[in-house]
Amino acid sequence: MKDADADLGEDEDRIFLSNMPGLMAGLAASTRRDLVLAWKRPGDVLNPLFFFVMVLILFPLALGPSAEQLQAIGPGVVWVAALLAMLISLNSLFSADYEDGSLEQWLVSPQPLPVLALGKSVAHWMTSGLPLVLLSPLLAATYGLPAKVIVVLLVTLSLGTIILSLLGSIGAALTVGLHRGTALLSLLVLPLAMPVLLLGSNSVSLAAGNETHTAGVWALAAYATAAISLAPYATAAALRISNE
Amino acid sequence: MTAKLSGRDLTLFRGERCLFKRLNFALNPGEMLLLEGANGSGKTSLLKAILGMLELETGEVSWNGEPVRNRRQRFHAALAWMAHRVGFKADLTLLENLEFERALRPQRGDDIVSVLERLGIERLRQLPMRSLSAGQQRRAALARMLIADVPLWLMDEPFTNLDRAGRALVFKLVREHLGRGGMCVVAAHQDVDIDATIHRIELR
Repeated sequence: MKDADADLGEDEDRIFLSNMPGLMAGLAASTRRDLVLAWKRPGDVLNPLFFFVMVLILFPLALGPSAEQLQAIGPGVVWVAALLAMLISLNSLFSADYEDGSLEQWLVSPQPLPVLALGKSVAHWMTSGLPLVLLSPLLAATYGLPAKVIVVLLVTLSLGTIILSLLGSIGAALTVGLHRGTALLSLLVLPLAMPVLLLGSNSVSLAAGNETHTAGVWALAAYATAAISLAPYATAAALRISNE
Repeated sequence: MTAKLSGRDLTLFRGERCLFKRLNFALNPGEMLLLEGANGSGKTSLLKAILGMLELETGEVSWNGEPVRNRRQRFHAALAWMAHRVGFKADLTLLENLEFERALRPQRGDDIVSVLERLGIERLRQLPMRSLSAGQQRRAALARMLIADVPLWLMDEPFTNLDRAGRALVFKLVREHLGRGGMCVVAAHQDVDIDATIHRIELR
């Protein structure tokens, strides 16, 4: 009798696995869905980007056109603007899914929640982090940063925005059920994002001063790796708690 | 023989309030569980507790005789959930929404358009969800259940917003699903006109 039960179990395992849509299908679908949504509602993507551009244009106007001064503050300003623009874009990450009930559908899906959450973070980075990264060389050039510094800026911003997308998804998941969770979200995410800001802007400053800057870049890469592998699990756990 | 889906000793508190205490049920293929009770009596909470979205105070829900908390993924692969909120993105078309569902759970492999035809909403398939009426959105939620290859349907007030023909359609679909050896857990105000074994839980 016991053997028969075991056989049945194995058989069920096989049917279960053959029927299930794959993990990659889940990841691709959740990424694709959010990309299509961003395409249909470009305002959500353009707002943070507009903010980023405005901050970077307004600083030189307010501080005066001294090339030396602009070069000195450039790395810091670009990084702070990027950080804040990412925070702005995070507010709406899960709130729409919560409101319309699609989050509930995710929670009762056999597709692992971390996989779906990772797909959402990928889409979020592609629609908010990547545009910032692509625009930054143009804006950094207006601060008179030399080309090799801009390369460092590109690399650190890419890594930094990936980290911020993932950290932000944890914060957004924790505050999803709350009305006006915006301030709380910033409070949750900013402390975790501080190392990113310090490492990123200092690496760029060091590169501008012709000093070794690779340590900071590697540290950011390590942080990004840790965030990619761990943050989706934290986001998933937070979503389950928030939905109770 | 153990029941396919069973709940033993279920107790749930929301805040200070006890919604139900030491509740038991058992459900086998072809059977239906009807949750009855006034508004706010905890029908939806019971459904969510079965789904594992709410933490039970005591007791355990079992699928195939195994506690679902240990095998959540296995249990979720066997069910479809029709919630109060339809769970579709308002900016995506009906077809795009259902295509996304294909990645979420096992699929029957039917052509989506023919399923929509059965539900009478196939001509709306290229329209964004937001332009559909509430009743049409409920029909779309039914399409999600029909394309999924799952034995267990959980439905929270499936008749809301539906016209007379829509309600008859829900009865027909549930009847067919039960006839295939499926199971339904339904929370409803009105009585159901279905010729099958119906277990009832009255919540108050």
